[in-house]
Amino acid sequence: MSAWFGLAWVCVLMAVAVFALLNGRAQNSSAAVYGACFLISFVGLLAALIHLISGAPESEIVLPLGLPWIGAHFRVDALTAFFLAVVNLGGAAACLYAIGYARHEAEPQRSTPFVPAFLAGMNLVVLAGDAFSFLFAWEFMSLSSWALVMAHHREEGVARAGYVYIVMASFGTLALLLAFGLLAGPQGDYAFAAIRAHQASPLRAGFILALALAGAGSKAGLVPLHVWLPLAHPAAPSHVSALMSGVMTKVAVYGFIRIVFDLLGPPQWWQGLPILAIGGGSAVLGVLYAMMQTDLKRVLAYSTIENIGLIFVGLGLALAFEANGFRTAAALALTAALFHVLNHAFFKSLLFFGAGAVLVATGEREMDRLGGLIRRMPVTSFVFLIGCMAISALPPLNGFASEWLAFQAILLSPQLPQWGLKLLVPAVGALLALSAALAAACFVRVYGIVFLGRPRFAAAKGAEEVDQWSLAAMASLAALCVIAGVLPGLVIDGLAPVAQALVGARMPAQASLPWLSIAPIAESRSSYNGLLVFAFIAMSASLAAYVIHRFASRALRRAPAWDCGYPDASPLTQYSAEGFAQPIRRVFGTFVFRASERIDMPAPGETRPARIDVTLHDLAWELIYAPIALAVSFVAERLNRIQYLTIRIYLSLVFFSLVFLLLALAVWP
Amino acid sequence: MAVILDLVVQNAQMLLVLLLAPLLTGFVRKAKARLQRRRGPSLLQPYRDLLRLSRKETVLAEESSWLFRVIPYLIFAATWVAASLVPTFAAGLMFNWSADLIAIIALLGSARFFLALAGMDVGTSFGGLGSSREMMIATLAEPATIMIVFTLALLAGSTQLSQVAAFMLSPAVGLRVSLGLALVALVMVAIAENGRIPIDNPATHLELTMVHEAMLLEYSGRHLAVIELAASLKLLLYLSLIACVFLPWGQAQPGAGPAAQLAGVGAYIGKLAVGGLFLAWFETSIAKMRVFRVSDFLGAALMLGLLGTLLLFVSRSL
Repeated sequence: MSAWFGLAWVCVLMAVAVFALLNGRAQNSSAAVYGACFLISFVGLLAALIHLISGAPESEIVLPLGLPWIGAHFRVDALTAFFLAVVNLGGAAACLYAIGYARHEAEPQRSTPFVPAFLAGMNLVVLAGDAFSFLFAWEFMSLSSWALVMAHHREEGVARAGYVYIVMASFGTLALLLAFGLLAGPQGDYAFAAIRAHQASPLRAGFILALALAGAGSKAGLVPLHVWLPLAHPAAPSHVSALMSGVMTKVAVYGFIRIVFDLLGPPQWWQGLPILAIGGGSAVLGVLYAMMQTDLKRVLAYSTIENIGLIFVGLGLALAFEANGFRTAAALALTAALFHVLNHAFFKSLLFFGAGAVLVATGEREMDRLGGLIRRMPVTSFVFLIGCMAISALPPLNGFASEWLAFQAILLSPQLPQWGLKLLVPAVGALLALSAALAAACFVRVYGIVFLGRPRFAAAKGAEEVDQWSLAAMASLAALCVIAGVLPGLVIDGLAPVAQALVGARMPAQASLPWLSIAPIAESRSSYNGLLVFAFIAMSASLAAYVIHRFASRALRRAPAWDCGYPDASPLTQYSAEGFAQPIRRVFGTFVFRASERIDMPAPGETRPARIDVTLHDLAWELIYAPIALAVSFVAERLNRIQYLTIRIYLSLVFFSLVFLLLALAVWP
Repeated sequence: MAVILDLVVQNAQMLLVLLLAPLLTGFVRKAKARLQRRRGPSLLQPYRDLLRLSRKETVLAEESSWLFRVIPYLIFAATWVAASLVPTFAAGLMFNWSADLIAIIALLGSARFFLALAGMDVGTSFGGLGSSREMMIATLAEPATIMIVFTLALLAGSTQLSQVAAFMLSPAVGLRVSLGLALVALVMVAIAENGRIPIDNPATHLELTMVHEAMLLEYSGRHLAVIELAASLKLLLYLSLIACVFLPWGQAQPGAGPAAQLAGVGAYIGKLAVGGLFLAWFETSIAKMRVFRVSDFLGAALMLGLLGTLLLFVSRSL
């Protein structure tokens, strides 16, 4: 695949966007648009995969666009190809899903034109080969996704979500702009190839790393820059939520990898420290926040923060290994991170599609109003279960495979010589394990409250299975979760060229190992075989089922639930989402959220109900954002006076600033 | 020929753990009863219970879904596979390499995931209570286990159980602080994971503190039998794990003849008996703790595991 091809399909996507804009109100135009996008993304996916597997050479083109003395560079290398595959896979799945889903949208024309534009923007970010095109595409991606977030702008809270999103997106772009400014150096070499040619001093590299963490990290949702994410991702229509959570955060990860691993030059060991610490913190905090939410899509959005944290832990480890010259270990850690990028694109898209299906079927996102959907929506509930298992890192699914690789990378880190890393890495390992266990709890809660039990309200009782298109999209993603989990060796081998290009080494080839198992370093050290584990479980389960059905009693009777003899007919006596989270809130909440409970128990004889009120604090918001917002409004109020001056004072202001600037220019060495 | 022999040994192990698991449960109950000056049920009582349950009619709650009927087999399969991959009487089994220690722990995590879902399927308040508490316990127990695994893996240079056992047999091991911490933490986790006193009481129902039993309340007949067997297997697995890692003596080494294998079986049963006795003694001598103190107990296990790992990051000789 050449860069020409990549550009061509970005142009086709834009053409589709224009078509959608012109035909917004026509009947069935949204189905046609999404169908076309699906085909385009699918072709893009195939092309990217072929490029990745065949090991095609890099290709670069320069167009006379953009800044005149740079031109617009577009290039395709292994890293680009991998992320193009992720973007187009997520895009294809989302468009397939949307063919059916968009029928249920009240005003599909509010989102239809922006989806192809959003896809084109994400493709363009990955294809960009110079800082200007990168930033242009990045901003284009942000703005088109902002338009999608605002699609339901009349709903409560959406306007605020859009506002917070656009502020944070501007902040992120600003940070990236400054990062590229530092990277380009005084000569203004904005093409990636030129940036790569010269190396930044350690101090400058530190600034660039901080800016890249702020810029790409805010888009990816790293704590504490995550505040916009749980507002904006759920506010958009569900297929767009899937795109934003499953794909756009990956584009942000791409931006980070491109800057830190590729453009920044040889890494220093201390660069791994902040990435590891922030990644580990995001992983645990993200899933703890997710555990406390009762809105289904918000739970999923917070869990994205957790997964991004896991990915950044892998990246931080890779950086630390590479700085110390342990290239194979770096390749292992990087592969773990990229594998998780792929996995998260699979299962988070799947889960958002499932949440969208629930929304279509019931009109509800609030978990405490749902329940018992497994009987009303059998296919959705089955694929959603696979998604929940995968995201909880359960073997033999894909989430476990990448988590396992990350653990193996951590086990290699005692060889790192620096004390800072020696002390931080085991702690991060504990955070990783904690977040995996919390994720399992979080998704037991989601599945148990939404799909199991009895329907809590009429909306859940009358739910019906969604359309075939949506089901097809969800089922194919679920199948991918299983395949990537059972045959992780294929993915690892596919990622080998990326690791080779970035850290100069690759993991040992896995395809040649017997029984398709994976062994990151050597089989005597560690190995895992998803295929065999899957086969063993399937065999033992069927054997047990066979033996039981052959030899045990087959009598079966349906009866009312037992519940220790006190069954309650009201479905509201089931555990609620908040009730389920209470033990974990008690263990972690006082520390993380400063949670406090206030119990209002009526005296005997009073007929009013008892109440329990829980207050949770979002410390990131209260300690960082609220003071900043206060400061901004304080300053704005003071500056407001400048708006009401006389013309003479304005003229003198202009005059004095001119004099001042000229003086500064004259004094400047 | 060698492959067939390996396969035979592997299958023998699968059968052995399956057959021994109820016996171990019976043994612990018996030992506990004797320590409490009771006579206690026969050692074979768990087998009889399983047989009785499997012959009974199954009563399903009206609200239960298909998942509820599938879950017992999934739990059983995941636990059985995990238990078969821990070297018991012989090291270096044919399929040992297909899942290392991390994968075995994660398999148990899968079983727990499904059990917690089963608790929520019928939509009763007791089931939700059990699931919610079980997951709270798991959020602390699982990372603690992973930290223990880290400690062992850093020492032995491998996450493969066979390799860890081989390392423990080698003279390189010696007395180490980190190993001591790992052992204590593993025992604590094993007690919590199997729902034993002081975390949970396997002998009671209808207690405000119950966890494991609350999730099973709606199960009956053959489904209950399968889940009970899985619970016994889990107890056996944890004892085997402790035995395999900390007392690997007597295990038949790869390539050993049938005599060594038999001796290995004998040694294994001996180790299980010691472990069962210890468990019975521990359970008799301690009181059940409140649910919200479980986090302190398991938090201590997590800290011990983390400390062990940290020590090894600082120096390989600790």
